[in-house]
Amino acid sequence: MSELEKNPDTAAEELPPEALEDPLYFDPEPKEGAAAHIRSFPAAPEFQEALGYPGERPENWKEVVLDKMQDLRGKFRSFRLFLDICVKCGSCTDKCHYYMGTADPKNMPVGRQDLLRSVYRRYFTLPGKWFPSLVGARELTEEVLDEWYTYYFQCSECRRCSVYCPYGIDTAEITMAAREILDSVGVGMKYTNEIIGKVFKVGNNLGLPKPALESTLEDLEEEIEEDTGVKVRLPLDEPADILLVTPSADFFAEPHIDGLIGYAKVFHATGAKWTLSSYASEAANFAMFIGSYENMRRVALRIRKAAIDLGVKRIIIGECGHAWRAAYQFLNTLAGPFDFLDPNYPVPQHICEYTWDAIQQGKLRFNKEENDFYKMTFHDSCNVARASRMGDYPGGQFDIPRNIIKAVCNYYYDMPEGTIKEETLCCGGGGGLLTDDLMELRKKGGSPRMKALKHVAEEHGVNKMAAICAICKTQFSKIMPYFGFAMDDIMSVHQLVSNAIVLPGSIQEKELMEEEQEEKTPDAAE
Amino acid sequence: MSHGLQWQAGGNDGRMSIGFERVGESPVLTTLFALLYYVAFAIFAGGVAYRIWEYWNTPKPANIPTTPQPITRLGVAWRMFKEVVFFESLWKGNKWIWIFAQLFHASLWLILIRHARYFLDPVPTLVALAQPFGKYAGLTFVLGALGLLARRMFVPRVRYISSPSDYLMLLLFLGIGISGLSMTFVNHTDIVAVKAFMLGLMTFNWQPLPASLPLVVHLGLVALWMIIFPFSKLLHAPGIFFSPTRNMPDNPREKFHPVPWLPPVDQVEYDPPHGS
Repeated sequence: MSELEKNPDTAAEELPPEALEDPLYFDPEPKEGAAAHIRSFPAAPEFQEALGYPGERPENWKEVVLDKMQDLRGKFRSFRLFLDICVKCGSCTDKCHYYMGTADPKNMPVGRQDLLRSVYRRYFTLPGKWFPSLVGARELTEEVLDEWYTYYFQCSECRRCSVYCPYGIDTAEITMAAREILDSVGVGMKYTNEIIGKVFKVGNNLGLPKPALESTLEDLEEEIEEDTGVKVRLPLDEPADILLVTPSADFFAEPHIDGLIGYAKVFHATGAKWTLSSYASEAANFAMFIGSYENMRRVALRIRKAAIDLGVKRIIIGECGHAWRAAYQFLNTLAGPFDFLDPNYPVPQHICEYTWDAIQQGKLRFNKEENDFYKMTFHDSCNVARASRMGDYPGGQFDIPRNIIKAVCNYYYDMPEGTIKEETLCCGGGGGLLTDDLMELRKKGGSPRMKALKHVAEEHGVNKMAAICAICKTQFSKIMPYFGFAMDDIMSVHQLVSNAIVLPGSIQEKELMEEEQEEKTPDAAE
Repeated sequence: MSHGLQWQAGGNDGRMSIGFERVGESPVLTTLFALLYYVAFAIFAGGVAYRIWEYWNTPKPANIPTTPQPITRLGVAWRMFKEVVFFESLWKGNKWIWIFAQLFHASLWLILIRHARYFLDPVPTLVALAQPFGKYAGLTFVLGALGLLARRMFVPRVRYISSPSDYLMLLLFLGIGISGLSMTFVNHTDIVAVKAFMLGLMTFNWQPLPASLPLVVHLGLVALWMIIFPFSKLLHAPGIFFSPTRNMPDNPREKFHPVPWLPPVDQVEYDPPHGS
């Protein structure tokens, strides 16, 4: 625990004693309107227009909204079916981390769906047209639109509710549809839509142009050489076998960048010919968050074009949760088929799949003691856990990252059941909510995960949590200090790999050999 | 509707039981219920078929199972089976709802099998064997519905998400269950005549319906249930089979699922590179 209290300036949130017994404890009584004041900044007209949406709300916005609902109803079975078949059983009501954190009943998954379902019923179902108050149907008004904006930007589309729904109703699908409807009348969110615009223009969320990328990568090469004595390359826009597409936070943020160093070392050690692309310098696809297949495709097509232009045989995606969903479930669908790539590898592949393969083939050498300061746990990122797979069997997405951590660390402990794997809790910043204007929501939504972490910290002395998601990493480094942890208590999985890897010809290899020599010398003397 | 109907307090021997007795038949009642059942059945069958057609024809533009999800069709069928029969996801979600929902639905199946004897002649062995189970399933059915109703009323989260229609739906089931039970355990109806009526409906050779109040209530509520089925949350029954998060194999990398309304990838324009 002393390890955890290294940030005395920040008061840890007081938790009731039950919280320590039950990592998922929260007061389940709904408090109406508790999160009504939490609103993200809306997008300026220019950012809406860049995405093909109107800049302002049109006069006939009601008509447009209803037309859009009709349109989505014809295009997405999920939307139509999920709005029809919910029986209001209540199974999902206590499962959303934003509900756990805010107690606002409109943050219960079904409560969130009902914001839209009530309008759908009023205009698209007979009972709603004939007996609106009987079936909870309501008119579309300005207040309703406002409420949609507030609460559909309090959902991280993490799909946890969908796990517990007897029909698999996925609130993420409803949230995506709602955001698309809002965008269609010019009501967009600043953070998501500005970022998508940046990708269209520059190629990545952070707006890093090619020269900036080049110098960053050069710096990293120098840093690695200083640390290891080995010249490890981070190629950009070079013809290669492997195209690595990674979230742009990996070029810039901590601990993300240490993960990028890890990928580079793994590629180096396996002798792979790989490259990054300045055109497709972003694995994230925020258009998924706003439910726009057209914009999502436009981002996905950049990866296709980069793969063609660079003549690669494989596409590998870096550590990022929603990006892995966008790649795994959507890349082929939106920008495929990828029949020009090597058919021996899945398209796309996750960097963890690549690293784990290399470990199994004995291509990587590790000195696990390098990570002995750390007692690790692993945060399953929601999109990886519930919207993708790694490896060739269901659930590989849980095992492979853990296998890698265990291969490079001596101490590993899982957080409690009910908070990991398919039941994992969102970090609180996913789904396009990783913006400072939603800081209160991010803290509250992150609190269930923090409680689970506290649990394992107290039980096993866990002092670091690893993740494979750029959003999780940024979110945790920001909120952890509020919960008595340090901002660098969140790590990249490939950061751990990077720490432990022993590259051929490196300083680390020499040191190891010397240690072995020393160990042998006394033996010889006997 | 009260034509030909009469109810009387049963037993003057001091016991506090109240029963209903059939005192005759009414051609008006028979005609009314015959027509009602034709209409109700048409709405039910046509409506559900239309919904299924709608769901079937609405695209699933991407592969979006909630993972981990089986990779093969067979595996998905197995997951769906567990979902439909054992309510696997609900089990993960909430044990109390699961218990009441299982009581309710398992009883409903037994009751439906038991009731098949009114529509099949001769009665198949399976249906005959199910009779004693189906009889007591009526009690567990009502118990399950009461449990669900109690949750709806007393758990604040569930109360918050409940509309009047959600309560009415449970009351409808309770009405069906209790009227049915009253005929089984309190005051028997002439079930031979009921069967003749049902078979008569199916062969368009109408037979008189026994004029008994619990029967009229029972059949009336069942007809109402059939009528509202295709317009209500009762659609969860056929709907679950169409749920894209449950019925798609997890194979987006192995199988190409193009989005039906987007142009093929060789007809697209790419964004120009930055600075060009």
